[in-house]
Amino acid sequence: MAYKRFTDRLPIIPADAKEHNVTCHYCIVGCGYNAYTWPLNKQGGPAPSENKFGQDLSQQQYQDAEAWYTSSMYNVVKQDGKDVHLVVMPDVNCVVNSGLGSIRGARMAENRPSKITGTQQQRLSDPMVWRNGVWQPTSWDDAMDLVARVTARVATEGSEDDLVVSMFDHGGSAGGYENTWGTGKLYFESMKIKNCRIHNRPAYNSEVHSTRDMGVGELNYAYEDYELTDTIFMVGANSMETQTNLYLNHMVPGLRGGARMVVVDPRRTLTVHSSEQYAGPENVLHLAINEGTDMVLFNAILTHIVDNGWVDADFIANSTFQGGEAVAQDSAYPAGLGSLDYAMQTCRTSVEEAAGICGVDAADIIKAGEWIAQPHDDGSRRKCVTCYEKGIIWGNDNYRTIGALVNIALATGNLGREGGGVCRLGGHQEGYYRPGDAHVGRPAEYVDQFLIRGLGGVHHIWACDHYKTTLNAAEFKRVHKRRSDMVKDAIDAAAGGTREQVVDAIVSAINAGGLFVVDVDIIHSQIGQNAHVILPACEANEMNLTSMNGERRLRLSERYMDPFGNSKPDCLIAAEMAQNMERVLRDMGNDAYADQFTGYDWETEEDAFMDGYNAGNPEVTYDRLRAMGNNGVQEPVVGYENGQLVGTERLYTDGTFDRHGRDDGKALFCAAGWRGWQAAGKAREQAAHRFWINNVRANIFWQNQFLDQDNDFVQDRFPYPFIEMNPDDMVDLGLAPGDLIEIINDNGVTQGMAYPVSTAKVGQVAMVFGSPAGSQGNVVNPGVNELVLPDYKHCWGDIRKISDATAETAAISFKSKEIVL
Amino acid sequence: MKCNRMVDMGRRQVLRGGIVGAAGAAAATVLPAEQAKAQGLARVAYPSNRLANIADLAVNEPMDIGYPDADSPGVLIKLGTAVEGGVGPDGDIVAYSVLCPHKGWMLSYSADDKTLNCPGHHSRFDCEAGGQQTWGHATNNLPQFDLRVDDQGDIFVEGVDELIYGRLSNVLES
Repeated sequence: MAYKRFTDRLPIIPADAKEHNVTCHYCIVGCGYNAYTWPLNKQGGPAPSENKFGQDLSQQQYQDAEAWYTSSMYNVVKQDGKDVHLVVMPDVNCVVNSGLGSIRGARMAENRPSKITGTQQQRLSDPMVWRNGVWQPTSWDDAMDLVARVTARVATEGSEDDLVVSMFDHGGSAGGYENTWGTGKLYFESMKIKNCRIHNRPAYNSEVHSTRDMGVGELNYAYEDYELTDTIFMVGANSMETQTNLYLNHMVPGLRGGARMVVVDPRRTLTVHSSEQYAGPENVLHLAINEGTDMVLFNAILTHIVDNGWVDADFIANSTFQGGEAVAQDSAYPAGLGSLDYAMQTCRTSVEEAAGICGVDAADIIKAGEWIAQPHDDGSRRKCVTCYEKGIIWGNDNYRTIGALVNIALATGNLGREGGGVCRLGGHQEGYYRPGDAHVGRPAEYVDQFLIRGLGGVHHIWACDHYKTTLNAAEFKRVHKRRSDMVKDAIDAAAGGTREQVVDAIVSAINAGGLFVVDVDIIHSQIGQNAHVILPACEANEMNLTSMNGERRLRLSERYMDPFGNSKPDCLIAAEMAQNMERVLRDMGNDAYADQFTGYDWETEEDAFMDGYNAGNPEVTYDRLRAMGNNGVQEPVVGYENGQLVGTERLYTDGTFDRHGRDDGKALFCAAGWRGWQAAGKAREQAAHRFWINNVRANIFWQNQFLDQDNDFVQDRFPYPFIEMNPDDMVDLGLAPGDLIEIINDNGVTQGMAYPVSTAKVGQVAMVFGSPAGSQGNVVNPGVNELVLPDYKHCWGDIRKISDATAETAAISFKSKEIVL
Repeated sequence: MKCNRMVDMGRRQVLRGGIVGAAGAAAATVLPAEQAKAQGLARVAYPSNRLANIADLAVNEPMDIGYPDADSPGVLIKLGTAVEGGVGPDGDIVAYSVLCPHKGWMLSYSADDKTLNCPGHHSRFDCEAGGQQTWGHATNNLPQFDLRVDDQGDIFVEGVDELIYGRLSNVLES
């Protein structure tokens, strides 16, 4: 039976409840919410004078009510040491979401740790160290001393290259400007760590190098552009699921206002289906291409547009490079960059050729070109907003494919103008502010392979769980466990020894090929099973946190509750780590190195914000952001006038492009030459296996389910990761809905439950990414592009049954996810 | 969804405070002039309402109802196949709220796959799986009404398992 909370009434928010600005800390859209808190022994009442909304709550509220909240939006949490009621509900006055809550964000309150209601008791409350064969809770001083002593020994007896760091680079959650600065200052200023990687990819690099090299920052529009455009061109994204309220509150009004939509995705997504309902099927074109062939499609669309003269000649003349080749292809640039004419020498592709490679009708490619660029009957230019995400970012030949897509936007002048833009849709919010990373190099080190080769001696991990979210995960896990077990064994063998003796034992184990692992996280993660020191962090709203969303909207999401137990903001953990490094290094007599670890006398996250982001953006302070509320200000902030921060609605309105750092301000086109499967091993794997294993997202889960794995509403719906399959394939394999299955190939094995989907193509399955109950990354091969961007999306395997459906999987709904109206 | 049959609304149950009152009377003589009297129930008191007789139901044709009062619309459905939580001799009678627990839009019934569907934001709920949200934005599964069938085949509704959209108390309080 479906999970029910059996809540039949909720405390009413009293009129004098405290109100806090909240930006949803999950996806990049960053919906506005309000958090209300009030003392446990107080309550509001149904009369207008008795509640926060001034409304009569003794009556039924109707559709889109401002004053209704549900059980998932309620909890009891600690605030300044006292238990208080908490309601976190969507803000009707936020321009991002206009009161809409998502299935993720509207559970923020329920996903807070509470000792009263018992929610999220998986949260870490105290540091832990591996001692006596288990993880033992301990003090910050004890844990930090061990971290600093081992790290300092390894970094000085070897070099900083022996310290490997995995660290988030995003906003929201536990990221944000405060925390990326704290970690960035430690690893890029006090140290110059180059063997580092980001939470979702095996190197420290951009996911969208080519658009930046072309001069076009990847977040250049305003969400409003979806309401002002003629055509929405979506590639490798499923916004109805993953950027829900961007879709509902901005794309849907565009569609209802007459915009057409072109969706490029091998799979029929819910976005396609819903868009057909909102816009009419005749206004939605789904190009269900063969997997990995996006670049050919874009090149053919570009060729069709150029050959028909639908380009924006003035824009090209004034804003793009004119002199042939500007940047030659080399080891750091996987494609040449230059003028449109230069790029066309490589990109030129006929519609017929593309139809053959992509597996779609030539007529549909032509129609896409018309919808994107054909001028209106009165001769006016057609506006098109282009958006893309993991389908090509994690796809075949990342650099050239994204370059080919940005080419279309540049050729049609859809940048810096209302109804235009060519933007990634994003995952987390953004919140990156760090010292320069040039020392990392380009291409950056492939850190997973570095560790697999037995290199590195200390691994600091900040809110990353590579067990769930890396490629080639099966091999990575085997090696990481083996190397970290060597250190655990050494610690166990040194039981009873002094701190010095234990450190000596750890260092000896490292020198023998072991790995000392420090894991900073909010929960005891899967990779945390290999840790020797575990440090408890807190999240947004347990601290003040600044981030920006997918239209560069910067907000301060306010602290409304205490960090759980003795957990702390990451920025203050980084500061404490630096202070301990300084102390230990001085004890070791290395004053010069110790001096590099000064400048961390932060007491609060605001101190870290002022030390980092504010130093580069002096107009922006906590007080000013707080006053800007849930609408915040769109970056870059260009001033402060009349008590308001002044932002920038969309980029490149003056037609100059600077993201590549070129003085001429001219955008570059990408010579996106098609070369089939770019990453090693893909073609062979495709030939060897029956099923393409697409990895996909679902609206109900946030990322790798780090909180949702402890949320009964979520786990009731999908107790195992779903693997969507065509029913004929299921019959052929003798599978019933909910049966447990495994996917096998040369890279490894993973598991999930069979989930029939009638629109799935035969021979193609779609497995939800990042699940704790089955990591899709186990079966993804190590193939990356020249700049170490993984091709997670292309993976092939065979499927076999593990068992019949369990009681849990048999009971869930297997009906179509597509609406029937 | 337009109501085709308004229900026989039961009287709202009146709080029973007799035991508390008796204990108070037997207690000490020194009491505040206005002694606080808390409502003694941990859950709201749901009315028991007769909705229909089994004979009134046609298979897979939802009957519009209101519960706990007429401002809270729902449907009563004889699904035709037994489901967990279904009542009646065939174990196939269920009832749900039809206010979408996301934003309160009125759900419509799809007889083809026995789901309730939201025209606003495309959430959908499975009437054969306890109102589980098959896909959507709501953070609650669909409130299901607790049914009882008596010997005459009369169907009574006596409770709700989840907060109904638009109310902070399932039984409205004055």
